[in-house]
Amino acid sequence: MNMEPRYRLAFQLYPYEKVPAQDAGAPIRHPIVIVGAGPIGVATALDLGQRGQPVLVLDDHEGIGEGSRAICFSQRCLEIADRLGCGEAMVEKGVVWNLGKVFHGPQKVFEFNLLPEEGHKNPAFINLQQPYFERFLVDQVRAEQAKGTPIEIRGRNRVTAIEDKGSHVLLSIETPDGPYQIEADWLIACDGARSPLRDMLGLGFDGRVFEDNFLIADVKMTADFPTERWFWFEPPFKDAGQSALLHKQPDDIWRIDFQLGWDIDRERELKEENVRARVDAMLGPDARYELEWTSIYTFQCRRMERFRHGRVMFAGDAAHQVSPFGARGANSGMQDAENLAWKLDLVIGGVAPENLLDSYSEERVYGADENILNSTRATDFITPKSEMSTIFRNAVLTLAHDHAFARPLVNSGRLSVPCTYDGLSLTGDDALPGAPTRSRPGAPSPDTPYGNGFLLNALGADFTLLTVNTDAPESVTEAGVTATRLALTTADDPTGLIADRYLGQASVAVYLIRPDQHVVARWPDFDEPAIRRALRHAIGLE
Amino acid sequence: MPLTLTPNMPDQDAIYQDLIAAHEGLSKDDSDALNARLILILMNHIGDREVLVEALRAAK
Ligand SMILES: Cc1cc2nc3c(=O)[nH]c(=O)nc-3n(C[C@H](O)[C@H](O)[C@H](O)COP(=O)(O)OP(=O)(O)OC[C@H]3O[C@@H](n4cnc5c(N)ncnc54)[C@H](O)[C@@H]3O)c2cc1C
Repeated sequence: MNMEPRYRLAFQLYPYEKVPAQDAGAPIRHPIVIVGAGPIGVATALDLGQRGQPVLVLDDHEGIGEGSRAICFSQRCLEIADRLGCGEAMVEKGVVWNLGKVFHGPQKVFEFNLLPEEGHKNPAFINLQQPYFERFLVDQVRAEQAKGTPIEIRGRNRVTAIEDKGSHVLLSIETPDGPYQIEADWLIACDGARSPLRDMLGLGFDGRVFEDNFLIADVKMTADFPTERWFWFEPPFKDAGQSALLHKQPDDIWRIDFQLGWDIDRERELKEENVRARVDAMLGPDARYELEWTSIYTFQCRRMERFRHGRVMFAGDAAHQVSPFGARGANSGMQDAENLAWKLDLVIGGVAPENLLDSYSEERVYGADENILNSTRATDFITPKSEMSTIFRNAVLTLAHDHAFARPLVNSGRLSVPCTYDGLSLTGDDALPGAPTRSRPGAPSPDTPYGNGFLLNALGADFTLLTVNTDAPESVTEAGVTATRLALTTADDPTGLIADRYLGQASVAVYLIRPDQHVVARWPDFDEPAIRRALRHAIGLE
Repeated sequence: MPLTLTPNMPDQDAIYQDLIAAHEGLSKDDSDALNARLILILMNHIGDREVLVEALRAAK
């Protein structure tokens, strides 16, 4: 068995260590095994571990791969990381940006300012190299382990076979000391876009492959470019391809992206002198820089038909893949992680029925479809697929220069926003007339200032009963789950944002909020029978 | 608002002449680009997806 690494490491964080289980003879049983210590596997492990579930994570490498794939992390993603305890470190290290410029050939078409909304703990986006993002997650695992949280990561443990035994899953694992086997009550496959586990189960991964190659060059330079996102349609510099992107990351690193087209010679294009020729043409002859990392990628937009297959759940890139336009890969994978963790915790705890896990698939398939739709549209705008589509695309760019109406049509990637589980199985009733649509059932609770901090930090790890301007008991327990009250009043809302985001035209509100901070249902008063029904509904009991 | 498919332009001959005149002397590429810009401007003016979808259907 070949145990050679498939990629080089940025950080070696979980070196291989032999464990007694390798000599145990009979396979040892674990309640939860996660395959893949990428961002999604580690986030899922953190969430489950913090809920008290013992988790074993297996990865076939000893740390985080070099090369920053994802650079753009969204507000919702940071909110999730913040709940897990490592969001603040990410924001501190990351680059916050709001300004962008769009060019068509040599001409600047327009500038934009994302004008981030006030009253959120986290910025709309940060740019951060993926290896850092992952390292903050693993650092958090280490901090949790020191507190006794039951998470274990085994490096250089490559899963080579899985077998669903009905009552559990049997995993065969290869290590530098030879193979061994373990059993898992539940298996979470976070093993990336090429997911060997998906293949082992013979499951499909259908969708659209885009025939294009993108050259990424992360360059280090201290030049005085502003912290803005610059995007070119039909860039004017030599051999830059159909589009190009320049975007800042921490540590004076700039992400440069060139769209090269389909018929290219990968090896030739990746030669340092050829990469440099392109970068020189973009930055000008005087720019001094070092090449940090270069890579060529093609991409797919596709997903699995279902994300749950019996005792095996798929999450992150293993379950779905999108084009990078819109930064939806890791950002949506983090939403998979938080969606799955509380559900699996309740199922293992015997509180919720197993079919609660089907709602994981239902909700995250819905999210994946939204992401695939958005990134496919962006891809089609950036790389028009017909002559007429090119004509319209260029007409939009021409008009955008002079007319505001055309600017929203310019699509170089719609940045990731979380999806709202409208009308899905677990989503309850909206019984609060006049309330804001942004906090409707199915939506993630919007953050607001609260006390000296922020609302999302005040929500519990379990269900929350959020009341605005009304009385209610301190908690409601139904079918083994407890919703704990968080009392807000508009008397204590100096910014007015609690009213703005949770009341709208209403004067009183009661919200039931899930452990992953999505709204279950809302009412104009404390209606106990309705709340009990909604709680049962939200854990798959009716 | 349903799509209007009955006569709605009082000066139809003049408006039609304006359209043709706008294309005069243009290459095929420039004419295509002009049409595309015109369509986008009108689409924004209408601003109602239902009407536009109906219009697309009528035009097919
Ligand atoms: C160029 C580019 C730009 C991107 N930009 C963004 C962006 O700006 N924002 C964003 O949100 N996303 C972005 N993405 C997507 C993002 O990188 C991925 O969505 C993210 O890495 C997925 O994480 P994951 O944990 O699901 O999988 P991965 O990060 O791929 O991790 C999978 C892990 O499983 C391990 N593994 C695989 N097989 C086995 C096995 N048999 N046994 C044990 N372990 C195994 C692997 O070694 C790896 O550690 C970008 C992607 C690319 C390519």
